[in-house]
Amino acid sequence: MNRARLLSMVRKEFVQMRRDPATLRLMLAVPVMQLLIFGFAIRTDVRNLPTTVFDQSQTAQSRELVQRLTATGNFVLTAPALSYADALSRVDRGTARAAFVIPPDYASDLKRGRTTAVQVLVDASDPTASQNAIAAAQMVGQRIAVETLQARLGGSAALRQPVDMRVRPLYNPALKSSVFVVPGIIGMILSNILIIITALSLVRERETGTLEQLIVTPLARSEIMIGKIAPYVLIGYVQMTTVLVVGHLVFKVPVRGPLLELYVATFLFIVANLGMGLFISTLGRNQAQVTQSAFLFLLPNVLLSGFMFPREAMPDPARWAGNLLPLTHYLQLIRGIVLKGVGLREVWPQTLALLAFAITFFGLSTLRFRKTLE
Amino acid sequence: MNGAADRGPVIEVQGLVKRFGAFAAVDGLSIAIAQGEIFGILGPNGSGKTTTIRILCGLMDPTEGTAIVAGADVAREPDVVKSRIGYMSQAFGLYRDLTVDENLDFYAGVYGLSGARREDRVAWAKQAMRLGEISTRLAGVLSGGQKQRLALASAMMHEPRVVFLDEPTAGVDPAARRLFWQIIRERAAEGTTLIVTTHYMDEAERFDRLAFLSRGRVKAIGTPAEVKAVFGTGMTLEDIFVSLQESDA
Repeated sequence: MNRARLLSMVRKEFVQMRRDPATLRLMLAVPVMQLLIFGFAIRTDVRNLPTTVFDQSQTAQSRELVQRLTATGNFVLTAPALSYADALSRVDRGTARAAFVIPPDYASDLKRGRTTAVQVLVDASDPTASQNAIAAAQMVGQRIAVETLQARLGGSAALRQPVDMRVRPLYNPALKSSVFVVPGIIGMILSNILIIITALSLVRERETGTLEQLIVTPLARSEIMIGKIAPYVLIGYVQMTTVLVVGHLVFKVPVRGPLLELYVATFLFIVANLGMGLFISTLGRNQAQVTQSAFLFLLPNVLLSGFMFPREAMPDPARWAGNLLPLTHYLQLIRGIVLKGVGLREVWPQTLALLAFAITFFGLSTLRFRKTLE
Repeated sequence: MNGAADRGPVIEVQGLVKRFGAFAAVDGLSIAIAQGEIFGILGPNGSGKTTTIRILCGLMDPTEGTAIVAGADVAREPDVVKSRIGYMSQAFGLYRDLTVDENLDFYAGVYGLSGARREDRVAWAKQAMRLGEISTRLAGVLSGGQKQRLALASAMMHEPRVVFLDEPTAGVDPAARRLFWQIIRERAAEGTTLIVTTHYMDEAERFDRLAFLSRGRVKAIGTPAEVKAVFGTGMTLEDIFVSLQESDA
């Protein structure tokens, strides 16, 4: 490894980057844009389902039931239904996503101590969107049942709950999805942008003929590789810092763990992705082919890494495939450090995995990158 | 430069063969080229010119035979060969988004030059290749002739003993071609050996020596006059080229 040669390569990449301010701006704007979209628009904690009520009881009790259901925040009342068929058809047409059907003898059955059945219809075609509503309706039902029993036993302390289950949500007590999503965005953006950019930058040299001129020089393969990725390590850090700062200011994402350790571990992640990008660039001979190959990695990155969908719910083969992505390990690492406040001591398995990826991809692409032309 | 007095061979090729599957692109080539020569390699497309040059630059391993370039074996010490030769590809291979100065400085660094030597060489390149007035222009906006001089300057940054030029004057206007040949002769006079391929037969007349290739073999080798004599009186180099192309087809 010759210092003058390597420095020339690095400096050249920086000058080229400066000559292309449009790409540079894009590399900084895309992370912020994605952060705002994912932070503001993508919510998995679905609330406020439009709801219709077919109240055949029309009593104080039935009105109280409806009031308590809407108070959970999961239901927003729309125009009341005029019949059972009407309620169903509204859900069918999608003007309502839920319907409460209260029987005519709701209040009288309650008074007489008989069981009364309230029907809650929920459009569960999207399971994620309906889960909260289903749970909320069940909870309200149980509360009313317990209160009614207590009242019937004379309002005294005669009936105590035998088990009082106290759930304490750790790390993200308000259960805001933006808090969970923002650290993940850092990983996803670093991964996808760095892979694409490095993959294209090497194959572009091949396409424009500058690589042919490079390989007749004494430049070593590793010098070409390292020279090409060094500037993007810096870009990666700028992107990460931007998302972290904006996420903290706009979405109140706490940074609980040691920042320095996060930056150290991120270096391994950046190099792993750059190595992957270089590897992809050796899979094709022009930018179009390489862009196609890159999608082989980008889509699994979003779907299998645990960025959007919990890996716990995936079948084994999908989980194994996810383990082959650096992003999967980095997400656990950054969520651990940022949200849980742990350090490298707790996330060393993930750190080691990233180190292994960095070495493997970098080595593979250096081997594949023929210094000789076929 | 590298001892212009020494007129021994700087390139020695013995029984060179390169096969791609069953097809032999180079089929038993033997050539010796002296220091300071302007040596032409001519022949129709597919005659093995480019493959020969790639092997001599250390970019491709020969299937059989040996090639010693600037004192190093291309198959065994390709990196030594690369540090002693310059190569100017057919397509413009420099960075269009860098200026002339930046390209020169980049190649000076790539060849491991630093400090005063680096500055000296960049200054030499600009003077010798007539690039002084355009040094702050982006390479992408240069004319064909300017690009070609910049490419030659980059390839000669490290004072190579041998420079390979693959069709250097394709698509360049006559005035720029004349200037380019003047520069080439200046370099040869300093002791640099230049190996040139071309399709322009008027240029071939200016070579010190040349070899006509056909189907990977040498058909004739010598000064332009000697080569013409081999093919019979009254033949121009162009006639020879055309007749070889027809016999190949």
